[in-house]
This record gives sequence, C-alpha cells and structure tokens, in this order.
Amino acid sequence: MSGSSNSGAFRIKGAGRHTPARTARFTFDGKTYTALEGDTVASALLAHGVHLLGRSFKYHRPRGILTAGPEEPNALLDVSRDAARRQPNVRATVQEVFDGAKIASQNRWPSLKYDIGSFNDLLSPFFAAGFYYKTFMWPREAWHKLYEPIIRRAAGLGEAPKEGDPDHYASRYVHCDILIAGAGVAGLTAALSAAATGKKVILVDEQPEVGGALHYASTTIDGQDGYDWAQATAAKLKAMPNVTVLTRTTVFGYYNHGFLGLTERVTDHIALPGKDSPRERLWQVRAKKVILATGSIERHMVFANNDRPGIMLASAARSFLNHHGVAVGHSVGVYTAHDSAYEAAFDLKRAGVSIAAIVDSRSNPGEAVLSEARALGIDVLAGHSVKDTSGRLRISSMTVVRNGGANARKIKVDALIVSAGWTPSVHLFSQSRGKLRFDEANQRFLPDVYAQNSISVGACNGTDDLAELIDEAIAAGGGSVAVSGENRFEWTGGMIGAAEGAGPEHAVKAFVDFQHDVTAKDIRLAVREGMHSIEHIKRFTTNGMASDQGKLSNMHGLAIASEMLGKPIPQVGLTTFRAPYTPVTYGTLIAHSRGELFDPARKTPMHALEAAEGAEFEDVGNWRRAWYFPKRGEDMHAAVNRECKTVREVGGVFDASTLGKIEVVGPDAAAFLNLLYTNAWDTLKPGKSRYGIMTREDGFIYDDGVVGRLAEDRFHVTTTTGGAPRVLNHMEDYLQTEFPHLKVWLTSTTEQWAVIAVQGPKAREIIQPFVEGLDISNEAFPHMSVAECNVMGVPSRLFRMSFTGELGFEVNVPADFGPAVWKAIWERAQSLGACLYGTETMHVLRAEKGYIIVGQDTDGTVTPDDAGLNWAVSKKKTDFVGIRGLKRPDLVRDGRKQLVGLLTKDPKEVLEEGGQIVADPNQPKPMTMLGHVTSSYWSENLGRSIAIALVAGGRARMGETLYVPMADKTIAVEVTDMVFVDKEGGRING
Amino acid sequence: MVDSGANVATRTLPLSGVHGGSSVVRLEAAAPAERINLRVRAEDVAALSAALGVDLPVKPKTSSSGNGRTALWIGPDEWLVFGDVRTGLVASAAKSGALHSATDVSHRNTAILVSGPGSAAAINTGCPQDLSLDAFPIGACSRTLFGKVEIVLLRTAEDAFRVEVWRSFSDYAFGLLSEGARDAAL
Repeated sequence: MSGSSNSGAFRIKGAGRHTPARTARFTFDGKTYTALEGDTVASALLAHGVHLLGRSFKYHRPRGILTAGPEEPNALLDVSRDAARRQPNVRATVQEVFDGAKIASQNRWPSLKYDIGSFNDLLSPFFAAGFYYKTFMWPREAWHKLYEPIIRRAAGLGEAPKEGDPDHYASRYVHCDILIAGAGVAGLTAALSAAATGKKVILVDEQPEVGGALHYASTTIDGQDGYDWAQATAAKLKAMPNVTVLTRTTVFGYYNHGFLGLTERVTDHIALPGKDSPRERLWQVRAKKVILATGSIERHMVFANNDRPGIMLASAARSFLNHHGVAVGHSVGVYTAHDSAYEAAFDLKRAGVSIAAIVDSRSNPGEAVLSEARALGIDVLAGHSVKDTSGRLRISSMTVVRNGGANARKIKVDALIVSAGWTPSVHLFSQSRGKLRFDEANQRFLPDVYAQNSISVGACNGTDDLAELIDEAIAAGGGSVAVSGENRFEWTGGMIGAAEGAGPEHAVKAFVDFQHDVTAKDIRLAVREGMHSIEHIKRFTTNGMASDQGKLSNMHGLAIASEMLGKPIPQVGLTTFRAPYTPVTYGTLIAHSRGELFDPARKTPMHALEAAEGAEFEDVGNWRRAWYFPKRGEDMHAAVNRECKTVREVGGVFDASTLGKIEVVGPDAAAFLNLLYTNAWDTLKPGKSRYGIMTREDGFIYDDGVVGRLAEDRFHVTTTTGGAPRVLNHMEDYLQTEFPHLKVWLTSTTEQWAVIAVQGPKAREIIQPFVEGLDISNEAFPHMSVAECNVMGVPSRLFRMSFTGELGFEVNVPADFGPAVWKAIWERAQSLGACLYGTETMHVLRAEKGYIIVGQDTDGTVTPDDAGLNWAVSKKKTDFVGIRGLKRPDLVRDGRKQLVGLLTKDPKEVLEEGGQIVADPNQPKPMTMLGHVTSSYWSENLGRSIAIALVAGGRARMGETLYVPMADKTIAVEVTDMVFVDKEGGRING
Repeated sequence: MVDSGANVATRTLPLSGVHGGSSVVRLEAAAPAERINLRVRAEDVAALSAALGVDLPVKPKTSSSGNGRTALWIGPDEWLVFGDVRTGLVASAAKSGALHSATDVSHRNTAILVSGPGSAAAINTGCPQDLSLDAFPIGACSRTLFGKVEIVLLRTAEDAFRVEVWRSFSDYAFGLLSEGARDAAL
C-alpha cells in the first residue's frame, strides 16, 4: 500500500473522496496531526494509525473507534477551539476536522496509555451490574459522606467548560408539507418523488453530505456510482424552489401533530466561522407528513474482549476506506454473522489490505459472497467463532475456534471488523408513538401501526432489496419519477445476542453496551437476580442508558435476556425510544433565551428618568421596579428611612405604573364585579372608587385592588403588579364559563397608563398646577374619588387614593406622556421638599398603616376575615365567587390564624419575616407554632420596629406576649392591632 | 407656578432610537398610532363597521382597511383597530349606537415594522406560525407568540409585517427580531 505520510500512513492513494491537497492540522492529546478536508476526527486519526482514543466509563479499558457514524458509543472526545469553546463527549466519528482543532481524550489519568483508573478492570468482580444497589446500602451514614461523593465524581464522562459559551445559537420555526428524515437512497428518492408534486419538502440528513449508506456501499444508481448520484440528486433538489436540503442536521425529536425538532450544526466544522453565523440552529418543524428514511445501524458481535481498539464495525471500516481513503489496518480479521462484512473485506482486499480470515459464525454464508471471497483468495472460516482477542492498547490477535470444537488457533491481526447484521433505525417512528412488530425471520423490530401521518421507507422499514426500496420511496413521495439501482450482492444472515465467544464463563467480558461497560454476563446476572422485564434489566445493568441510547446494544441485550428467561423476544419487550435521537447541546435548545433575551425585562415609561435619579431597581415578576433612590453616601437603610420620613412630612412621588389595570365595560359591568369581588359594586357611584377583595371559589383571598367607576358602564380595575395576568384570566374564565349571559367585556390596560403616585401632606399642592378642568380640593374631590381630566394637556384619569395613609393622588396619563408628566411633577415636588420613593418605602409606609400585600401577608390560605377585612365582604349579596367557600366549617371556626400587629419588646429589634411564633419558648421541641411573621420593617417614622404576623386566634390575643425563637436568641413580642401610624386615619383626608 | 406654555406634555416613544436589521430585513419603530380594543357582539358588527368606516372582518386571521383605519380580527368578538393618531376611534365607535366596548390602547401597544425579503424568516425565529403566503397572505393577522411575548402580527405586503406588541415587551421583541434578521441574512 502506498500512503501519504502527510495525511497519514494509512491513507490509500486513489481511495476515498477527499482532495489530497486540502489539509487541516489539529492536535490530539497535544500531538499535531494533518488531516484532509472532509475527514472526521476518527478517519483522520485512523489515517495515522491511531486507534486508541479513550478509556471506558466504568472499567477504564482502552477503547477505540467502533463505528463511522452518529451511533458511536466509544470514541468520545473533548473538542475545543479555545478555553470557552470546548465541548466534551463529542463523537470522533461525527466531528469533522477543522484547522486548529484541539482534541483530547477523556476519562484517563495521568495519560491515555497509562491510566490509573484501569485498576477498576481488575476489580471488576466488585463492580458487577447493580453493584451500587448492594454495596452502598450500609452503613447509612456513609451514604452522604462517602458513597455519594464518590459516585458523583465517577458518574458522567468528560468535563464541561467553566467559562460562559461565547457562541450564539439560532432558532427557526418552519412549516412544510413533507419532511424527509435521512438522505440515503430511500430519502433522496422519496424527496425526488415528493418534490415532483410541487409540495414544500424538507430533506434532512445528519451527515455533511447526503448519501447515507452510499458513502461506503458498492451501489449503482441510474447507471452512476451511487455516491455521485446522491450528490447530483441533492444538487438538483436544492435548485428546486419548493425543496430545502439540510445537511449536518439531525432530526432529534418527533413529537405530536407532525412537530419535529432538528439541530443543524452550522459552524462546528469550520476553522474560522463568520461572526454572524450561529454555532448551531434549532429548527422546529411542523410537517403535514413525515417520511422516515432513517436506514439501519450495523451491530457488533458479542464475544470475549470484543472492545479492544482496532475492533470495529465492518461498515465503518468500509466507510473509512471508500469515503475517507483510510485503511483501518494492514492485516485485518473479519468476524461476522452476516454477508455485509464480506463486502468490507472485498473492498479492503482490493485496496491492498491483507485479510487474515473471514470468521463466519454461520455454517452457510451467502453463496455469492462466498464465491467472491474464493475468487479474491480470502480464507473463509465458516461455522467458526472468535473466542477471544489479545493486545493491550490495540488488538494484536484473534483466537478462532470451530463452533463446538476445542482446538483454538490464534491469528495475528491489527484490526478486526465485525458484523452481526443490521438493526432498522426505528427511533423516530417509535418517538412518534408508532407501534412496532417483531420480524421473527429477521430478528428485528419493524414499524407496524402508525400514530401520525408518517411512513417508513427503506432499511428502517426492513426493505432490503434496492429495487423494492426505490419503489417504496417513490410511492411514499407521491410523485412520479424513475430511479433504477442495483446492489452488487444480496445480503443474508444476521444474529442477535451473545456469540459463542461470549461465555458462559463468569470471567469473560463480552461487551454488549460499550459506553456503559455492560457485558453479556451483566445481563445474565440481572435475570438471575430476578429482573424479568427489559425495563428492569435495563435499569439494573444500565444497558442502553448511555448517551448513545443503546443503538448497538439494545437488541443484543434483549436477545440475551430472552434466552435466559426462555421467553420469546416480544414477550420480554423493547424499551421506548426517547428524544433526542442523539445528544443535543443546551445551547441549541436555549437558542436566543440568554442574556438580554433570557426573559423580557419590563420597564415602565419612566424607567430611564428613575435610573438617571440614581434609582436601584428590583425585580417584581418580569418588571424592573425602582426600589429606592439613594443619595450620595446613602445605603439602602438610610435612603429608605429618609424617603419614609419625607413622604409623611412633606410628600413623595412614586412610579405605580406596574399595577395591573383592567377596563371592565358594558351594561352588566357592575353586576359582573359584584360576582367577582366580595364587595358590592352596584352601590358605587360614578366618580368614586373602592378597595375590593377578590376570593377564589374556596374563599381564600386571590387579589385585591382599588376599582374606580368612571361611568355607569365603565370601571377601571386595578390589581397587584404580579396578579395582573392571572386576575384577567380568572375574570375572563368566569365570564366565559359561569356568567356568559352578562354583557360586559374586559381589556387589559396595564400598559396604557403611566401611573404617578403623589403622596403626602403636600400632594395636592404638588399636582395642583398640572390638573386642568377639575377641582381637586378635599371637598370637591374627597378620598376615593376618581375623575377624567386633563393633566398637562393630556386626557388623564386622576384617582384620589392612598397606599401610604397620607393624602394621595394617582395620576394616570397615557404611557407615552408618562416621562414628561413625571418630570414636571418631580421638578415641582422637589422644589416643595418632597422626594422620590421606591417600592421598599412603599412597603414600609403601607405596613405602618396595616395595609396588606396579597402574596406577602396572605399565602392562599387566608380569608378576608383572617386578614381583618371582613368589612369588605358584602353581607347582602346572594352570590359571588367564594361565597360558599367562605361558609366551610374550617373557614368559620374559632382559632384560625389572623393577621395582627407585633411590636418587639426591644424596639430596636427587627423581626425576620418568616419567623415562627410560639406562646411558650421553653416548651419541648417540636414546639407548637402559633403562626409566623409576614411583614417586618424598621419604621423611621415611629423610631422602632413594626411587624405584621399571622397568629392563631390573633385578634383575641391583643396585649399578649408571644415569642419568636431564632437560632441564637428568643425575641419577645406584644400582639397589637395592625395600624401603627395615624390610628384615627385622619391624614388621608387632608 | 408652572408656565402654561411649557405645561403641555410631550410624547416619549418606546423604542425611540433603536435600530436593527440586516441585509435582508429592515426593522423600524412604527409611527405612533391610535388604537382601540373593540368588543362587539355578532349582531352589532355591521353597525360598528358603518360607524368606523371599516368593515370589521369576521373571518379568523383576517384584517381589513378603510377610512384610514385598519381592523384586525383578534377573536370571535374582538378586534384591534388602529389608525392615525387623531383619527378618533372611540368617538366613531360611540356613534354606532350599538352595544360595544371600545377601550383606548393607543399607548399600551407599540409597533415594529419588519420589511425585506428575510422578514418571514426573521419573525419565524420566535413565532411558530406558518408565514408562507398561502397560509398567511397579505392582510392576514394573528395574535400569536413571539419567543416569550405575545404579539399581534399583520402582514402588510409580501415581504412586510407589522408587529404590534405591548410597550414593555417591545425591547425584547425588537432584540429577538434583530437576532432573527441576522440569521435570515445567512
């Protein structure tokens, strides 16, 4: 063989489809290699004779490359561009080489060749299947301290980068008539047929180029080499306006109603990606019809030490040779139960590679391949098995024995290619909830009952004959096209389960699942331990539970279990395939939902002005609300104390725009509100407003707010900031389902209005000059009035209301005018000695007045009476949401938790919100809890702390001393009423 | 006292000063508009159509224009009607004499105009609707999702859309559209 030393000694001149002049350099574990453009990491390393790529998960056994595709369970590597652009567990058979790639092996220390962890291999009797269920049972204490940390460190493979991901990811929704998953012969033919109908077609393939099995197979289509036909067909399809061809794109999930998830790898193969290019793109496709042309996956043979580097699938060796121009060895052994491996041997032999022998576990291989083998002078050992292999870091020999015989002979090989036959890829079909049937003759599961508008064609449907496959694909596409093809050989054979060389000896390691190090004897042990369902066997052994989801191992594991149980395979069952088909990065799934676009940050119209005044903001739901306005040198505490005092002594300006607002309009508006709130609304006159409580059906407080009546048929409802969306939904739900007879409509107006609250003794003086056409004197516009008027020339809604207990107004102006009005009001307020205040001060001031905050002082188990708001529950109404709930025995019993005030005996002591309350702090634990602190603040106005609490039988305990036990002390408190400031309530009428 | 001349408030628009887009998508903030959320029972649709001078469409996902006003079907008894800032929609509706609810939402919403050959792809970055011309022809509209926010989408031309969005969600919508515009250009 003649090789190019540049791109590897195992590169075969004239073989493969890469251009020798186009090279890329990369490093593997620090050593530099040259690859050809189009190489995968696997083919590039094999070209240099590198087979050892990693250490296995559990036993740290040396491992190499098993496949040439996405099903690879072994060759998982760490691939990076730089420190932040680093990805663990990348399949060497999928990752294309790019210039400058830094690639490293995983799960080894100190080096790949000398790995301390391989000690586990010697200890393997202790690591049998299910070992942790038994070993780590006792002592109980050791679980937290010893076992869990050890298991956690050992669990998982590879290391995630610590830096943030600097790449960006895109996402797109798209609709099509027909989505075709897989662009091999079947998919391409189906696409040609579907495209001819004029329908919108999307053809998807996970490989860099279309072709599927044509990458390696000796197939002639339309008189052309199959691979060339595939590329020409793709070019033709791409030129059609109704067809989209996506390569390097995996259909990873098939969900309900023709919804599919695709991940497109846009730049992972490019040395210097453009700055606008996303690394990956998530496609969310709604397809009217899905054609599954997902092909099949070759299985390995299960025999002793079948995992050494240099042992790989026959089809993989063929791909490396025919597509990448790389020989997997100088002297290659073949171990097979299927004709397909013979073709790999023929191709290798013709390329100048020595074939040590074809060991066929069958006594009657296919006639055609047998005679071709003879013609090529290849030694075929039919009815033989490979019993064992040797070689520390790479296979050096295979031990062959006649089936049932005793005389073993060792044959020197530097690679062993294997095939147990082919497993149809029914993953997506199964994800779509289709039902499979077992094809007894060919020992495989095939699509049977479809749950969605989809159809399987080709190898994934068990259609092996090429002419039949083409017909099937054309029919599925629904169009009329002509494609003709022929294969050189018809294939026969195949087996599932353990081959002769897999035991039954106890010590033999015949791997079924490479990624999770599950052997045939592990499956047998699981059955002996009493696992009879494949679901239990799977979990006990972890067979098929690695990231490759058992693409190679499931059928073998099932067959071994079936044999042990003496039950036919369909009775043992098949585990369900789940999305994703192959691993998908978090980056793709997150797409744009990061940074600024992680979640909408809602800002009020006055946000920028507040920021300019030095506001600190807090998150309230998605809203960013001004929290407090520190002056130079002030901390939060000082700022809030100043704001609290200034509002009560002079005045303050507050941005209340985030309060939910709902316009309730229609002749039955009052009747509707009567049903939704506990209070009565028909008695409210236009121009007046009222505080309202809304309960759920169960009688507990749901929301509260002030409702103003603008006209007979129009109300302006306010809700809590966080409650706005759910209150509207709650109202709309009742309107549509319970009260559809009412003539009333609801519209969210939260964002229509910028709301500027002006509170304090000088509130009227502050706003007076801006209000036009309305007398806002106390006599003409008393507390709880509402009017439409002009403010600074803008039609506005003015409320006289207060959440501070002071004289107060809330100026509602159309949102675009908010900043201008705010600026003018604030300028005047400032000149009069008032301040800006934020949500923290608002919280303190309302607590000083005993005004509750729904969701802070209530928690979904508090009735209006518990909150001391029974006055807001109409005694006259015959119906409202919650009226029956409020009559439930538990809601009317004595001793319910009620909201009361708490004053600490030490006025400087500020209670912690959430602190538990007890009557006797010396009682034995667990203590009887009477309730908890719901709100607690330092009140600068009172020069002491204040608190609100839910306390069992609270209102009957006025004056009682209770205790709040804390970790380091016990705080004595006195139960009081909830109004701490201006108990007579005169100030609001100023 | 405040000088009455300086006493008239001026508008500050959401999205003022933002710009974005790509070689295939132009993104711009729409001019201020007057908007109402209109609720009308089926028997009164004709009266309101006459009063507003625009036929309220009764077929889902459709809109109609007339008298300088555009009416978008939003739900079985719900329309979003918009027009020039001084078009007087509430007053027009009131003249119908028929039972209805007209609520001014001029300032609740703002709009982003998306135009150019990559418009549909840019919107499909976050909107799951089928925006092919067959499924979403010129004049089609829908209250739908765009990423994590609700929008009302109207197709104004083969490659132009109007995206109505609540003002506090407009930064997010514009940001996601910018990402979509960038990807649509690739």
